[in-house]
Amino acid sequence: MLKSLAGIPILGSIWFAGAKTTVTAKHEREFLLEKLNIKAALPPATGPMSGKPLRLGIIGFGIRGEQLCRALGFATKEWLSEMKQAAEKNRHDTRLSEFLAQENLNVKITAVCDVFDVHAERVVDSFSTADNPVKRFTTHKELVNSGEVDAVIIATPDHWHAPMAIDALQAGVHVYIEKPMTHTISETYTLRDAVRDSGKVLQVGHQHRQTQSFLAAMDIIQKQTLGHVSLVQTNTNRNDDNGAWQYDIHEKASPETIDWDLFLGTAPKVPFNKEHFFRWRKWWAYGSGLSGDLLTHDYDRINCILKMGIPKLVTASGGIYTHRDGRNVPDVLQVNMEYPDFSTGSSQPAGKEKGMTFVYSATLGNQFDRPTYLMGHDATMELGNVISIYADARSTRYADMLNENRIDPEIPIYQYNPLANATDAVTSATAKYFANKGLMWTYRDGKRIDSTFLHMREWLSCIRNGGKPSCGIDEGFEEAISAHMAGLSYKLGRAVEWNPEEEKIVARPGEDLDAILLANE
Amino acid sequence: MFTQNLHTMKSSGFTTGQNTSLVLLRILIGWHFFYEGILKIYNPAWTAKGYLLSATFLKPFFTWLASDSVIHIVDTLNIVGLLAIGVALLLGLKIRWAAIGGILLLAFYYLAHPPFPGFEQGLTEGSYWIVNKNLIEMAALVVLYQFPTYAAFGLERMLSRNRQNTIAG
Repeated sequence: MLKSLAGIPILGSIWFAGAKTTVTAKHEREFLLEKLNIKAALPPATGPMSGKPLRLGIIGFGIRGEQLCRALGFATKEWLSEMKQAAEKNRHDTRLSEFLAQENLNVKITAVCDVFDVHAERVVDSFSTADNPVKRFTTHKELVNSGEVDAVIIATPDHWHAPMAIDALQAGVHVYIEKPMTHTISETYTLRDAVRDSGKVLQVGHQHRQTQSFLAAMDIIQKQTLGHVSLVQTNTNRNDDNGAWQYDIHEKASPETIDWDLFLGTAPKVPFNKEHFFRWRKWWAYGSGLSGDLLTHDYDRINCILKMGIPKLVTASGGIYTHRDGRNVPDVLQVNMEYPDFSTGSSQPAGKEKGMTFVYSATLGNQFDRPTYLMGHDATMELGNVISIYADARSTRYADMLNENRIDPEIPIYQYNPLANATDAVTSATAKYFANKGLMWTYRDGKRIDSTFLHMREWLSCIRNGGKPSCGIDEGFEEAISAHMAGLSYKLGRAVEWNPEEEKIVARPGEDLDAILLANE
Repeated sequence: MFTQNLHTMKSSGFTTGQNTSLVLLRILIGWHFFYEGILKIYNPAWTAKGYLLSATFLKPFFTWLASDSVIHIVDTLNIVGLLAIGVALLLGLKIRWAAIGGILLLAFYYLAHPPFPGFEQGLTEGSYWIVNKNLIEMAALVVLYQFPTYAAFGLERMLSRNRQNTIAG
């Protein structure tokens, strides 16, 4: 009898042990989640896309301009056939099907302006329909004053951003402008005035403001999960030519196909130079290097969560250490932004904690993945498309739970992954860099969505239904000024100070800050 | 007398030591399966999706198993399989069926992340080349299939005795 039934108590014991282990773990998790009370809520949906189709003008149809048009629902014939082939080759490549499934934003592209014939003609050729031929304009002024557009997308080199946006706003045209919002300090103020005077909607192209995990991160900060954050660490690590702005030079580029003088605009007059045209990000005359091009992404990611604004003091240093190819913007750059009065809240005696440093550390000669960290007295948040929070072993807020061994500093107390176990087809190293930072895609209802699409949709909804865009002129002003302070500090080799009362970057007697910022040496 | 014959026949004339070792092996494997099943049934968030999607071998097949329309069936079958095999081995019921089922389940686990040279191993608690613990557990189940221990320990010992008693009665 014993030999027949002895299995039953063993079975019962295992059952009990397994159930107890799992249920206890579950209760611990629930207890912790209840304590943290983080709500990863979806943002309110943007308004309907109904009414008459909005008429859009495209100013600049290079790499980014083409991406922005796709987010609006317009892909070139070349891209469509390339994606069709890619999908046939690899059925996990869903770029085409995702593009086709995208919601119709009820817009039409009526006008284009690009100094390179090939780019402008591609827009006319791909997006013209029988009842809506796309008109090409030589200058942006003609385009915004043509009466043919309600809104424009500006995706030109940096030195053209503000002049074009200002002209558009003065013509009563809404603006979607790529980052960095401006190229000089003075035009940052002029653009802000133009937005305020026109009452039109301006959205700066920081699409990560739509990223779902960042919305969860805002709640995490509000609930004081991290305690007093004294250090934020952000990074750029890239190690490929594309990531270092060594873009392809088009075979048809020539003084005949490119309106060189128009490209130069206010930039110093130099003879026709294909490299300057296609790889403009490498020169201060047209671009802003790491501080304007990539620091702005990281700065705005954090500013959207912490709303820390313009730093009191910025120091930067770096050099051209990995791509000595004639460029004059640095490819290794370290920036420290000081916020002596900022606090995310404190779990310690009042007055003990105050102030924060935002660090941006970048190299274009190594692509080791360094996560973004927000480091607080009570916990550290690792931020990307996925969020992980680790309690600090010396935390005040979690001291009891740490003592009771209910929290292990090595194991995240909270993890937020909008799409666990997702397999994404990410193509290039640069694309992967952006995707990991939550700069390319986000998730809604478990589905991958291009965050640029959501950002555009929000802008269009503000135009149609009213409301304030998430990256409007105030956010753009903070982004541009902070980036310019970093560029200035790099050039001056000293700390650059912000005077918040006067809303001015502090210049020493005789210093022309814009001239220093744009100087090509 | 007849009972004695049946008993001897079922236990294939093993010595007590042999019988005890086989029963011990059976209980340990049953224990392992049953505990894995219990943990999963008490954790509603558990799914094999991650394991299947990260498969390094026969990827299209495992990715299909992880697809939205199939994964629920896979998860349910896995939990039911683990529990049923565990119960059968612990209680000594249908040992041969349980052994076959166990071998099948383990074959899935083994093939999704096989320790073949040149295949990424992910996190393991030891070092393996072709042979890993899944494969060894499969081999142990082959042994249990070949040498079932119904008569030595378990419910079927009682059932067969009852049947015998009825016949004798």
